[in-house]
Amino acid sequence: MLISMNWIGDFVDLRGLDIPALIQRFTLSTAEVEDIYEMGRDLRGVVAGKILSVENHPDSKKLHLLKVDGGDKVYDVVCGAPNVREGLIVPFVKEGGMVGGQEIGMARLAGFESHGMCCSEKELGISADHSGLMELPEDTPVGRDVTELYGIIDTVFEVDNKSLTNRPDLWGHYGIAREFAALSGRELRPLETVSLEQFDSLEPIDIDVQDKELCYRYSGLKVRNITKKVSPVDMRIRLFYCGSRAINLLADLTNYLMLEMGQPMHAFDCAKVDSIRVRRFDSPFTFTTLDGTERRVDENTLMICTKSGGEDIPVAIAGIMGGLDSEIEGDTDSLLLESANFDGASVRKSSTRLGLRTDASMRYEKTLDPEMTVPAIGRFMKLLLGIDPQAQVISRLTDVYVKHYPKVELAFDKAYVDRYTGIEIEDERIMGTLSSLGFEPRQEGDRFTVGVPSWRATKDVTIKADIIEEITRIYGYDNFEIATTMSPLYPRRRSAGAKADNFVKDILVQTYQLHEVHSYIWQDVKKCRALNIEPEENIRLINAQTPDHEVIRRSMGPTLLSVLGENRAFGAQFGVFEIGRVAEGVRKEDGLVNERKNLGIALFSRTSGEKELYLKLAGIIKSLGRSVKRVELELANCQPEFKWQHPRNTAVIMAEGTALGWICTLVPSVLRSIDRKAAVVCGQLDMDAFASLPEGELSYREPSRFPGIDIDLSVVLPEGMRFADMEPAWKGAGHLAGVGLIDSFQQAGRRSLTLRFSFSSGEKTLSKEEVQPIVDGIIERLSAGGAVLRS
Amino acid sequence: MKERIEGLRESFEQELKAAGSSEAVEKLRVAYLGKKGSVTELLKGLKDVGAQQKKELGQHVNLLKRAVEQRLSERIEEIKAAEEQREIEGAERYDVTLPTEGDPGSYHPITVVQRQLEEIFTSMGFVVEDFREIVTDYECFEAVNIPKDHPARDMQDTYYLENGQLLKTHTSAAQNFILQKYGAPCRAIFPGRCFRNEATDASHENTFFQMEGIMVDKNISISNLIYFMKTMLSEVFQRDVKVRLRPGFFPFVEPGFELDISCLICGGEGCSTCHHSGWVELCPCGMIHPNVLKMGGVDPEEYTGFAFGLGLTRLVMMKYGVKDIRDLNSGNLKALAQFRHE
Repeated sequence: MLISMNWIGDFVDLRGLDIPALIQRFTLSTAEVEDIYEMGRDLRGVVAGKILSVENHPDSKKLHLLKVDGGDKVYDVVCGAPNVREGLIVPFVKEGGMVGGQEIGMARLAGFESHGMCCSEKELGISADHSGLMELPEDTPVGRDVTELYGIIDTVFEVDNKSLTNRPDLWGHYGIAREFAALSGRELRPLETVSLEQFDSLEPIDIDVQDKELCYRYSGLKVRNITKKVSPVDMRIRLFYCGSRAINLLADLTNYLMLEMGQPMHAFDCAKVDSIRVRRFDSPFTFTTLDGTERRVDENTLMICTKSGGEDIPVAIAGIMGGLDSEIEGDTDSLLLESANFDGASVRKSSTRLGLRTDASMRYEKTLDPEMTVPAIGRFMKLLLGIDPQAQVISRLTDVYVKHYPKVELAFDKAYVDRYTGIEIEDERIMGTLSSLGFEPRQEGDRFTVGVPSWRATKDVTIKADIIEEITRIYGYDNFEIATTMSPLYPRRRSAGAKADNFVKDILVQTYQLHEVHSYIWQDVKKCRALNIEPEENIRLINAQTPDHEVIRRSMGPTLLSVLGENRAFGAQFGVFEIGRVAEGVRKEDGLVNERKNLGIALFSRTSGEKELYLKLAGIIKSLGRSVKRVELELANCQPEFKWQHPRNTAVIMAEGTALGWICTLVPSVLRSIDRKAAVVCGQLDMDAFASLPEGELSYREPSRFPGIDIDLSVVLPEGMRFADMEPAWKGAGHLAGVGLIDSFQQAGRRSLTLRFSFSSGEKTLSKEEVQPIVDGIIERLSAGGAVLRS
Repeated sequence: MKERIEGLRESFEQELKAAGSSEAVEKLRVAYLGKKGSVTELLKGLKDVGAQQKKELGQHVNLLKRAVEQRLSERIEEIKAAEEQREIEGAERYDVTLPTEGDPGSYHPITVVQRQLEEIFTSMGFVVEDFREIVTDYECFEAVNIPKDHPARDMQDTYYLENGQLLKTHTSAAQNFILQKYGAPCRAIFPGRCFRNEATDASHENTFFQMEGIMVDKNISISNLIYFMKTMLSEVFQRDVKVRLRPGFFPFVEPGFELDISCLICGGEGCSTCHHSGWVELCPCGMIHPNVLKMGGVDPEEYTGFAFGLGLTRLVMMKYGVKDIRDLNSGNLKALAQFRHE
């Protein structure tokens, strides 16, 4: 929103103050100023000049030779504007002056000397009109500086609309002026209005607010005999500076009022609209707004109608835009003035549905103060009668006030202010600040009671903490003494989840050289298909950007497999991981999504075989268990959960009987979709469950001072026997400190393993003779299980 | 006898000079000091001389023996040193500039910055918490005082699920959970993934990270908030950062602020990054709204607190000059594998 400091100056006298510094204070205390524009400072020596004579140029059809009275003397001027005529008063830059930042010197144009320049409005920077010279009123004193005459020199600043979202009172100059008054300590002048009681004897307008839910107040007044069509120059300049466009007097006045008070108004042509009905319709219909667009209006949209032949004819979309048919045109001489208040949320939603956001709807959606409607009419009449004294009010003020906001009063102690701010702000300052902002504060001892003005009471100020904001923002946050907190020491508890995440990431990155990636929580259908993976069914988003992204992923697998495929050229061997979320359907008991935090890992290799890679992944998972939780995670073959998992090589990750995830190789079609030659494996670990595992105890063993003995045994395994199946053969064997795998190979179709059994004792050096019986026992139990010693 | 001793000394010195290896020196030792060595023989011969002579000659022979022993060990040291030197000089000089192997993998840049922040906060006594991504309307809106008609709840901003749940639009969705879990006093940060239903481009992502923090205790004030934010941001940027607060409206804080820091590019002089204002808007913060405390089970009459929200994704982009936000979720290792160190 654009704010003119000249306009602000109508309400608070800021003369003698440093304006840029004050605007800076506004940013820090009220709302962010995005830009400051200095208007009219590129003009110098522009006076009201009277064209005394006009002669055609002998050689040019367009150019004229003028004699212009500049007040001090008569100037010869060559001018190309179409609307030159004798007696016309125009803005005139004398030789030596400046316009648009350009010095105007004596120029020779088509053989004649020109000692100045007559200007259009655009050249002065006060409108976009460049059709001809600006025509000044006949009574303009010749020789007067034009910039002084019309307030052309101004400082205009732009406030970020977003930072005004919660301040309905700041959507007009008067509200902004109140802030400047508080910031500068100067007085805010009351708005000059016409007293409307004088019309009480006139007929009321037929206004019926049928929709008492969405229309809070509707005030109207009828006026006729409006003779003036064009707005005064200074008014048009202000409108232009504030981003509006002059149209005709009545439209300009409603816009001017909105920019001044923040109250949107609408002027209906009284000949077309003489009664008002405010309602919604049961079924959708089309309506042409005054921008000429046909719009489909639905049953939730509040409409302003007029009664005609027993029917309600829509004439405006409430709070958004008027209709084309009831628009004020150049010849309109009577109007029905609307000054109303509508439900903010409803205006916002209608405006979204219609795709039509206007200056009015933008204001209404902030929840405007309904108290404003009547003073706005009084102000409108004050301005209208000032411009067009012939105008005549022909109705009494008709005011249907449906919804009053309750009067808000807040009470608090001085101690509350001290505690909340952490600094000492004197009582007088509290009282002064609140009064200057229009609050009604009272003080009894340490107790403050504050009445909230209507323009802050629609939603903005409702609790005592809101009052703290008023006091502190005017005090200035950069004036705060800052101090550290004084709170007692207490131990910091660490969340198990966050701890495990960090630990796991470190191991994967530092030890296993994996790369962490981030992806999306939804399944990507296109990417699944590219992997030959049939998309899963799962809970859906109801408003995804594309149907390809609407199902929440059930597993980390497909996402990470896609990442591998997309990075195939990255290296001959690499792996990626992500700690992300999946949804395992919806829980029956509460209907909420069963969201799980999962670690997903996927490995890719052109140098290792699939088996090697699969066992590497198994090793990674086990090392996570040992390092992070000091627990032995177990892996066991299991049925795949998903079709893309290889039925022979999918294993469940278990800890103390609970499944924590899986690792798998891929079915051939999926594997080949990633890379024709590479090996790929992937796995998933439920981080929520993993983090909540109790940490294993570390039981310290004295290191043995005696050397141990290693015995290597090579065993041939029967079909289907796993390492884990042999473990009972040595479990609990005396002096056995550990069993390691030395070698593994296939021989004549049988799997052969070389195992190293390490024996040691804390009391003595073990002799071969002592160990042999233990080894014999192991061998015996192994062969009982079918694993025989290789000869 | 005396002449023999002298003759032996001379011949030893000559032979020692000629012995060029440790083997030759050893041979020499055997030849002179061995069981049948010349010096040993000399000592044996002493028994044949008279007692008077024996004493004098004995001294001479022993002197010779000690001299030979010493010269031998000196010579061995010399030869060892020479051999060591030869070995050293003959050794290969390795090329340490060859490419090395065994580099670590990489952390996602979000993890890198998140950990830096976590370290700063934990050093100030904050716990690090974690929260779901799929949340309820209550958690995301109600519990943080966002009223029913607030634009943030409009469909176009929020991803809703079939069952009425939604993808959290901000980390504030965890405030209620944290307050309920820890009660007051409480200091916690909670980084997390957030979602906004909007079209993506170089500067917009529908999936991004924030980090929220809250501190609740008796007598937490605006003055504390400003102090804390300044201290924290100076740590984040590793320099003394100037901060300023402006009023900002967020339903879950009152008063609420937009916090600006003096532009790090121009130092506050004004440049294109800060739109010539000298300030860059960095993070919203404020005093926790009494309703939020109340819904979190904390008595707002007894406790106050502040909250702040850092745009983690934005910090990463600022810190590393990432121009396209979409790189972060792309899984493209050409981009991501650069972040080897946390």
